[in-house]
Amino acid sequence: MNQPWRPLSSHAVLVAHDDIDTDQIIPARFLTTTTRSGLGTHLFADWRYDASGAPRREFTLNWPTSTGARILVGGRNFGCGSSREHAPWALADWGFRAVIASSFADIFRSNAHKNGVLTIALDETVLHATQSALRTDPSATITVDLPGQHVFLPDGAGVAFAIDGFSKRCLIDGLDELGVIVAEIPAIHEWEVACGR
Amino acid sequence: MSTPRTLFDKVWDAHVVRPGVGDVPSVVYVDLHLVHEVTSPQAFTVLRERGLKVRRPDRTIATMDHSTPTLSTGGRLTVLDPAASRQLDALSANCAEHGIPLYGLGDDRRGIVHVIGPELGRTQPGMTIVCGDSHTSTHGAFGALAFGIGTSEVGHVLATQCLLQSRPKTMEVRVNGALRPGVSAKDLILAIIAQIGVGGGTGHVIEYRGDAIRALDMEGRMTVCNMSIEAGARAGMIAPDMTTYAWLAGRDEAPSGEGWRDAMARWHELATDDGATFDRSVVLDASEISPMITWGTNPGMAIPVDGHIPVSSEIPDAANERAYAYMGLTPGQCLIGQPVDVVFVGSCTNGRLDDLRAAAGVMKGRHVAANTRMLVVPGSQRVKRDAEREGLADIFRAAGAEWRESGCSMCIAMNGDTVASGQYAVSTSNRNFEGRQGKGARTLLASPLTAAASAVAGMVADPRSLL
Repeated sequence: MNQPWRPLSSHAVLVAHDDIDTDQIIPARFLTTTTRSGLGTHLFADWRYDASGAPRREFTLNWPTSTGARILVGGRNFGCGSSREHAPWALADWGFRAVIASSFADIFRSNAHKNGVLTIALDETVLHATQSALRTDPSATITVDLPGQHVFLPDGAGVAFAIDGFSKRCLIDGLDELGVIVAEIPAIHEWEVACGR
Repeated sequence: MSTPRTLFDKVWDAHVVRPGVGDVPSVVYVDLHLVHEVTSPQAFTVLRERGLKVRRPDRTIATMDHSTPTLSTGGRLTVLDPAASRQLDALSANCAEHGIPLYGLGDDRRGIVHVIGPELGRTQPGMTIVCGDSHTSTHGAFGALAFGIGTSEVGHVLATQCLLQSRPKTMEVRVNGALRPGVSAKDLILAIIAQIGVGGGTGHVIEYRGDAIRALDMEGRMTVCNMSIEAGARAGMIAPDMTTYAWLAGRDEAPSGEGWRDAMARWHELATDDGATFDRSVVLDASEISPMITWGTNPGMAIPVDGHIPVSSEIPDAANERAYAYMGLTPGQCLIGQPVDVVFVGSCTNGRLDDLRAAAGVMKGRHVAANTRMLVVPGSQRVKRDAEREGLADIFRAAGAEWRESGCSMCIAMNGDTVASGQYAVSTSNRNFEGRQGKGARTLLASPLTAAASAVAGMVADPRSLL
């Protein structure tokens, strides 16, 4: 069970690259864990820390302005690559509740929504304008209205975004999909008998 | 007359337990669930917390592949990393508790999950197959609908044998003509990804069709479907035919006798009907494809091995600029002659017997260059045994390559097999992301032929010069 959705208004961390793959979000060497907690420390590990383990000052996540941010702004095709759910676990553990990009990899989006992390796909032009605004003012606020499916960008403009109804309901209610599918077991059993499984 | 349907439509329709109702997606049945050590422990924990059982252990198989060692000491595989060891122990305990067949360390049927599924005959046409691993798309080579899922969904399948899924779109990738000598399935899929882009297949299930696809053997088809995810596709599929049936016949878990004839008749019906339509269609000419190699940090950044690294136009392409810097390569550079520190032959993309045969064919009577280390990691213990029986292992050893136990190894670098920071690796694996083969490692993806030719030369080489 995730927490029900709470209003979201926050400054954002900008990692403006396209095709950010899950190996960058959480490198494979951190996947030997058997739990889902504590991965925020390793979020973007190879971009975030230098060879000695010290934070790289140039990486936005390490900027003092990033403290307390709840929104990450990326580029195109965010979360491509592996199916590791450790990627949204790491993002959520760091504190992120939404990722804004111009498109998302399918598995990442599915995994994110199951962990209370909303994915917001914006038109590429709007995304680039948002990236520019954040470069100018890293403390600018972005507000997400999930029930109304609008995001209010640093310039105050409200932009509609799409999300499938089921993911939206699960996020808003903190609903767990496992419960939904477990309730289908009698129907699944009937189908198995009818279809020779 | 019924509406013409695609291969995907037929497999999907046959597995919908309950169509979508209101905003709830369809309940889709999973015929086969593959489990490995890395993406399953948290799913089993959730089952335990909820008091749920694994509903169909008979439709579930588990193996150990991602973090397993490839060097045996005294005939035993010793796991050095305590975290990896705990994770492997967790899988053993979870499989024992829930009655899931496990091909664990020491089992002669163990191997990379996407190699052993087909090898055991568990992967069959028309099935739905999932695994907590994005390269599950491999199994689509048999005309199965196979895709990677996250750990939450691993839990859903363990508990119910089903998933909540929205119907993806369909995309046809038609490859006409014939591949030229020295050009393999790996080059073909790299060319496809270079054309459609790493996000080009997002939201779609690809069906690979055309003469060049039909001409591929099963290993080649698996290589192509395996990398569907590198184009962002949900899955890749190829309609089953005589090549498929011949490969499957006699496998341990494949149907036999009367059941085999029935199965073939059923599988034969899976092919896309004439007149069926796809949401998107892409056409390539196989004869125009060269041996391919990647120069950058995603699999779409691929060029002909004798081509030149793209030069940014007037407006610098940010992704290219980052890739030049990470890879230490120059725009306009030709990779032929680029010194290579490591050559890796293996992975779920190119770790099958046919891949090893291709590499060994180049290595025979030749030697790995003095500046280069070559690691050959079979995709499964069965591939390893078969390769040893055929004399391939002897060829690799005689050439100075390291011959290892099976596993994911240097493709994901979780088991200690890594490429050092700054080193260049020509790798037959599937991802050239930053740090994929080790922090700071620079990966050039290529075919087994190109990898072997580069090992001999100690630098990137065109395999056609050695054929």
